[in-house]
Amino acid sequence: MTVSEQDAAESAPRVVSSFLEQRKEQIAQRWADAPLFRSVFTVSRDEAVEACKAVVEALSEVAVTGRLEDIAAPGFGTVRDQLGRMAATRARSGSAPAQIAAEVAGLRAPAVDLLREEFADPTAPQAQECVLTLTLLLGTLRLVVMETALDANTELIERQRQQLLEVATPVIELWEGTVAVPLIGTLDSARSQIVMESLLEAIVDQRARYAILDITGVPTVDSLVAQHLMKTVAAARLMGAECIVSGIRPAIAQTIVQLGIDLGSVLTRASLADALAYALGKQGIEMSRSDAGASAR
Amino acid sequence: MQPSGQASATSLPIGSDADLAWVRQEVRQRAAGLGFGLVQQTKLVTAASELARNTLVHGGGGRVEITPLDNGRTRGLRMCFIDSGPGIRDLELAMTDGYTTGGGLGLGLSGARRLVHEFTVDTEPGRGTTITAVAWVAQVPSSRPGVG
Repeated sequence: MTVSEQDAAESAPRVVSSFLEQRKEQIAQRWADAPLFRSVFTVSRDEAVEACKAVVEALSEVAVTGRLEDIAAPGFGTVRDQLGRMAATRARSGSAPAQIAAEVAGLRAPAVDLLREEFADPTAPQAQECVLTLTLLLGTLRLVVMETALDANTELIERQRQQLLEVATPVIELWEGTVAVPLIGTLDSARSQIVMESLLEAIVDQRARYAILDITGVPTVDSLVAQHLMKTVAAARLMGAECIVSGIRPAIAQTIVQLGIDLGSVLTRASLADALAYALGKQGIEMSRSDAGASAR
Repeated sequence: MQPSGQASATSLPIGSDADLAWVRQEVRQRAAGLGFGLVQQTKLVTAASELARNTLVHGGGGRVEITPLDNGRTRGLRMCFIDSGPGIRDLELAMTDGYTTGGGLGLGLSGARRLVHEFTVDTEPGRGTTITAVAWVAQVPSSRPGVG
């Protein structure tokens, strides 16, 4: 008696595992109609059934090892990619994480119903234990799906952060010997270092005499941003280029003054156009409206 | 006017450069929502940026509590920057323009004080620092008698 009870206690994961293996087809057929799979595999139901079978197989594999609550269990490895893609597809179509989690939870009921049918007496202790085991297993599956989805998001955020660093700092040649950098967004230490490097390189490459730093797109100029600007200006000066800071909006100008930042050593202009006119004027280039343009009016 | 503001205080962590950007955005949104003008918004955001960086660089990180205020006449915003760092030993010196221990311009504390209406520093060596800055929406310098 004692032996058989022990047997029962030990074998619940095994019973569940063999149940999953034997009823794979039926479970897959039911899951394929669940919102999670139906909304991802919109084209072919067969594909959904195949995907479901793969998940059931993975669960069976995890159950047999007894690592019911271990999201790192090797069994999940085979379906992790697939689950991640599914979660990503759902996220792209605008589903909140909570909704995806609820959809994974929705897989439990059909599977548990089938498991109950296996037992003559669904209220027997062993039946209860098997149901509990399957519930635990599906709870872990839910965690695996969420973890995979979050991992993908973290990776995406990191990639975008790197992109931001590079994308937002182009150096533009406005005229022969005149380059400009339109600064956009937050000018933290990492970004200002990249700005300085790319500007100095451009000064050498284009043999520029004038460099314009346009801060129209910088929302906040605090003392650190101002310091970065001044350092960039000083470095450009050492390279033999005169630096002009343009795009200082009225609100920023007032704030800089009250903050006590002394930009006296820096040549400034209100707009990029003013800065360009200054640089051209210094090079002896004059602009005038042509006769043709004037008569066309 | 409804007592909408008092309850909705926000607490944000300050632990990295990315957090500073978050603090700036939150302050800008709050200030715009309370009716601060563009210049005042810019000043508030700049002050928040300076003080948050102080918390990060000198206090070793901490948090900021942003609370909307309403004194019956006008609305305002209170920002509390709290860290449990080494504290400030000589407050008078730290508040001097150009004095710095962090390699900056030395305008963080003194400049931020000029950008807001009320400014208090609560610090003790070894017990951290709490800096409170308050700004009110468009304070008219002299209230006109007979109105309100």
